Amino acid sequence: MPVLEIKNLHKTFDQNEILKGIDLTVDKGEVVSIIGPSGSGKSTLLRCATLLETMTKGSMKYSDTQVVTEGSDGFSVYLPPKELTHVKAMFGLVFQNFNLFPHYSVLKNIIDAPISVQKRNKDEVIAEARQLLAKMGLADRENFYPYQLSGGQQQRVSIARALINNPQILFFDEPTSALDPELTGEILKVIRELAAMRMTMVIVTHEIEFAKNVSDRVIFMADGVIVEQGSPQQVIQNPQQERTRTFLANLNKK
Amino acid sequence: MPITNMILQLATGLLTSVNIFFLTLLFTFPFGLLVALVRMSKNPFASNIARIYISIMRGTPLMLQLLIVYFGPYYVFGWSLRNYPPFVAVIIAFVLNYSAYFAEIYRGGIASIPIGQYEAATVLGYSKQQTFFKIILPQVIKRIVPPITNEIITLVKDTSLAQVISVMEMFTIAKQIANAQSSMVALVVAGVFYYVFNFVVAVVMEQIEKKLDYYR
Ligand SMILES: Nc1ncnc2c1ncn2[C@@H]1O[C@H](COP(=O)(O)OP(=O)(O)O)[C@@H](O)[C@H]1O
Ligand SMILES: [Mg+2]
Repeated sequence: MPVLEIKNLHKTFDQNEILKGIDLTVDKGEVVSIIGPSGSGKSTLLRCATLLETMTKGSMKYSDTQVVTEGSDGFSVYLPPKELTHVKAMFGLVFQNFNLFPHYSVLKNIIDAPISVQKRNKDEVIAEARQLLAKMGLADRENFYPYQLSGGQQQRVSIARALINNPQILFFDEPTSALDPELTGEILKVIRELAAMRMTMVIVTHEIEFAKNVSDRVIFMADGVIVEQGSPQQVIQNPQQERTRTFLANLNKK
Repeated sequence: MPITNMILQLATGLLTSVNIFFLTLLFTFPFGLLVALVRMSKNPFASNIARIYISIMRGTPLMLQLLIVYFGPYYVFGWSLRNYPPFVAVIIAFVLNYSAYFAEIYRGGIASIPIGQYEAATVLGYSKQQTFFKIILPQVIKRIVPPITNEIITLVKDTSLAQVISVMEMFTIAKQIANAQSSMVALVVAGVFYYVFNFVVAVVMEQIEKKLDYYR
């Protein structure tokens, strides 16, 4: 059964159609990379999937929870807010700018939502958070505040925060774009380790080499549509569409 | 009148000034926040009401507002002032006035929090209330301590305006003593008291600022 199933997603911002009918199905354990020029709607797609934006038309299903249905008029109908809170434990999102809470310690950044939102047992959550921090190589940093950490460390904390509810799927929106070049490696390494553990992931990235190595499937988006998708070999080595070729050629020039 | 007696009288007045100060703050912190939230609400009607309210409160003298709050009910509705202590009028007028200033400070603070904080909280499932009270407001408070300190220091001095409706706070008493003695001593002593009061306020606010320095 797919972890995520988005059908016919349309997103309109005041008359402007930004997403023009996106179908995205992600299977358990699959790693999907999304590439494409800036402004093509990649972030908007992730934001619709993570309920930060409401989709205009289309439907969305997480495992066996139908989160959004298409009404008889074609417009999207969402589950009531109470049920959406539970849905939010099913996914995690890692932002480009980390968005850690500056007034919370590293540990509190990770444990507060599961305790105060998902009402999980505090001791259990703390134990899990410490395990995650150890995995991220931050075991000795739990009492630090975000400003005391490097960008790479902050991003690792935010990945731990996204993982604490054992989500079925993890989304990344350009997780290395805000980092100094020498720090991107440590984040890509963490993502690779998650991929090795068969974590289901959707990654928006400009790191084409990384996308090629880590993904089971690469999606190329432009102008609010999926132009082409397939294995990394197909899409990156041997693109079929002119737009994909142009995009990749421009990337290589830089 | 011996100096100790004078100081004792002024100290009694100071107590009233301190009461005005704390009661005003007690109500202004929450009410100012409420005004800020209404001002920022998406409902244009509510938002405009708050905007007009703030504009009037900041655009007219506090002394005039005091007189209106105290005498208004009598002149407009013919209500007796017997059961309406001027002290109560002072608190109402001060809270109404200071909430307008506090509201604008809160508003600036809230607007300065990056949108990413709301988004991270939303994705993690925090409700709107949790997001505001756990994630946003603590960061707002840290940012608004300096401008709030300015307002609070002004408030200490503004308590002297209560004299216009004969509340027996320190300034009223100092003036009475000065008139009776044809001497400025009482006024000078009152000035020293105001200065000390504000000195304590400044020290306390600095401590609060330091306390909030554990993060950036
Ligand atoms: N909240 C919004 N309101 C209006 N337009 C938006 C909004 N968010 C994104 N857009 C527009 O949608 C388009 C796609 O943006 P985005 O999804 O961020 O692209 P990408 O992540 O691929 O660079 C852009 O043209 C952007 O200006
Ligand atoms: Mg983007």
